[in-house]
Amino acid sequence: MAQVAMRSLNKNYDEVHAVKDVNLDIHDKEFVVLVGPSGCGKTTTLRMVAGLETITSGRVLINDKVVNDLAPMDRDIAMVFQNYALYPHMSVYDNMAFGLKMRKFDKGEIEKRVREAAEILGIGEYLKRKPRQLSGGQRQRVALGRAIVRHPQVFLFDEPLSNLDAKLRVQMRVELKKLHERLGTTAIYVTHDQVEAMTLGDRVVVMRDGWVQQVGDPMTLYNEPANRFVAGFIGSPAMNFANVRVAGQNGSLWAEGDGIRLKVPAHLSNRVGAYAGKAVTIGIRPEDMHIARDSDPPELNIPAVVEVVERLGSEILLDVAVGPVTMVASVEPTARANVHEQLRLAVNPERLHFFDSETEAAI
Amino acid sequence: MLALAIIVCCLAAIVGYITAGDKSRSRVGWAVGSFLLPPVVLVLLLALRPLQLYGPEGAPWRRWLSFRIPLTLFIVGLLFPFYWMIVTSVRPDNELYRPWNAANYTPFWTLRPTLQHITDLLSETLFTTWMMNTMLIAIVSTVISLICGLFAGYALSRLKFPFAGGIGTGIFITYLVPQTLLFIPLADIIRNFHLGDSPWALILTYPTFLIPFVTWLMMGYFKSIPKELEECARIDGAPRWKAMAYIIFPIAVPGILSAGIFAFTLSWNEFIYALVFLSSPEQKTVPVGVTSELVRGDVFYWGELMAGALLGSIPVAFVYSFFVEHYVSGITGSVKG
Repeated sequence: MAQVAMRSLNKNYDEVHAVKDVNLDIHDKEFVVLVGPSGCGKTTTLRMVAGLETITSGRVLINDKVVNDLAPMDRDIAMVFQNYALYPHMSVYDNMAFGLKMRKFDKGEIEKRVREAAEILGIGEYLKRKPRQLSGGQRQRVALGRAIVRHPQVFLFDEPLSNLDAKLRVQMRVELKKLHERLGTTAIYVTHDQVEAMTLGDRVVVMRDGWVQQVGDPMTLYNEPANRFVAGFIGSPAMNFANVRVAGQNGSLWAEGDGIRLKVPAHLSNRVGAYAGKAVTIGIRPEDMHIARDSDPPELNIPAVVEVVERLGSEILLDVAVGPVTMVASVEPTARANVHEQLRLAVNPERLHFFDSETEAAI
Repeated sequence: MLALAIIVCCLAAIVGYITAGDKSRSRVGWAVGSFLLPPVVLVLLLALRPLQLYGPEGAPWRRWLSFRIPLTLFIVGLLFPFYWMIVTSVRPDNELYRPWNAANYTPFWTLRPTLQHITDLLSETLFTTWMMNTMLIAIVSTVISLICGLFAGYALSRLKFPFAGGIGTGIFITYLVPQTLLFIPLADIIRNFHLGDSPWALILTYPTFLIPFVTWLMMGYFKSIPKELEECARIDGAPRWKAMAYIIFPIAVPGILSAGIFAFTLSWNEFIYALVFLSSPEQKTVPVGVTSELVRGDVFYWGELMAGALLGSIPVAFVYSFFVEHYVSGITGSVKG
């Protein structure tokens, strides 16, 4: 049972302003993911919640209690580190029991809790081994076990899966999700991998250069990105961008750019209309484009030259040249396209995004 | 292998050290020559290394030329002073002082080995007292230096406080000040505190160069231990001193042992402070005792000198070989994953 709140949280290193004015409310039992490119301040934010970094200004509250001056051990949190941070000289059992011993639990209770956690994580048979005798995935489980035996109020995860290979990462991701559903402990999870963020998070916080860019559930971030950065960061392959001008013609709005001329759909014309005559950035997700059929209206087509064809099985990725820019279109696996072929791509008008070219904010 | 090389290097240093007092040209030549040979061969081997010539690959002749022969030379060069010391310590006097141009002159072996020199050394001189003195001084000063250096190294590598970097460098620089300069002011201090001619003179002065040494070594070792281990312990509920005691220090044991071995060896072999601060024969340490009591004017008791060097180097060799496993992992790094 724990809510975590951050109020105007700031972190200054000597020259660098690493975390800028972060405000966040994390509800009880929520799984919140902080995501962003390296150096965006996500880990620093997490470490301030953990008490491992001093807070330059602002407050961190756990259960409505300011914890700024509490030592890490008194915040009733558990943290899982990227490099697992298992104590190499202790057995798996002692690693998991350490926190409980430090808190003076009696032997029977320690034994019970460690066995229980080992059972949940499927590491019961390794309890006597030393960490170096375990594989990467097993070490990760021990690190998780060490966190869950304490029954803390909040779990903090600092890129716990980045040291695992791709297959294991997907597997552990699913297990983490199950574990969270089973335990229901509030969790803050830091990652640079947007797929992890989208799959794990009840809500996702996108950060960049110390600023929070957007907070929302995964589908909101995907469908309604607040700005060009979030739009480009969330989704794989990334959203395509092109610089266009908004022009009014015959009573309708057009986005005109090098090699592009698209009619602005009616539901956006109010907002985009304010930019008439100005430069904006248009954003189109790869999955919102397909090879144009005769039935597709020509005012929503883009002429393109195929440069690379990537056949993934479930879909085909076309790297195409549209005027001066390269775009990626994800088309159905039955589509026929050859390199150097000229074709027309139809865009889904419901899913076009426009961004202010200067502020990069969504229009 | 590495540990063996270092044991032998150390022994070569002792032998070279003691024989360096000799005025006889040929023996000085031997000592210096054999002392220089290992580094020369080592440099040669290192020079060959980038050519990828050594190691178990390649044609047999190439392996011989680039690996086995240099290695043999290296080992012979390393072991020769040790051998010379042993042979001299069991050589009877009449062979020892036979002129180099005599018909039956055999400098490299002896046909009638004797334990006379060793029994003389143990019964006629204060050698056992010197051993006890050296042992006491080396152990106590090593323990003091380890305790101070451990905490200093931890603080300098882990805690954030003003001028931490500057203090670290400063400590290292004090280690670079030569003892040949420091003993003059130190002698004054020893006299003022009336510590002269007692083991305390050395127990308290050896840490002046051992603490910087241990601190610097431990700083490097602590830096190689991921700081997440400690952070995790602190989140787990351990205050900083408990995280140190239960997590960091146990992991640092190899580093602590190697620092201890080095400190022990340094204080065991120390010469100039022991020479200056101690005067009565029964207070002396092995290096000073052997060289001052067994060289009388221009009379060299070669057999006893070498027996003293041999027995004096045994504890150091013993300490090295006992902790060899830890010691190697101590210099090659610490925690993986």
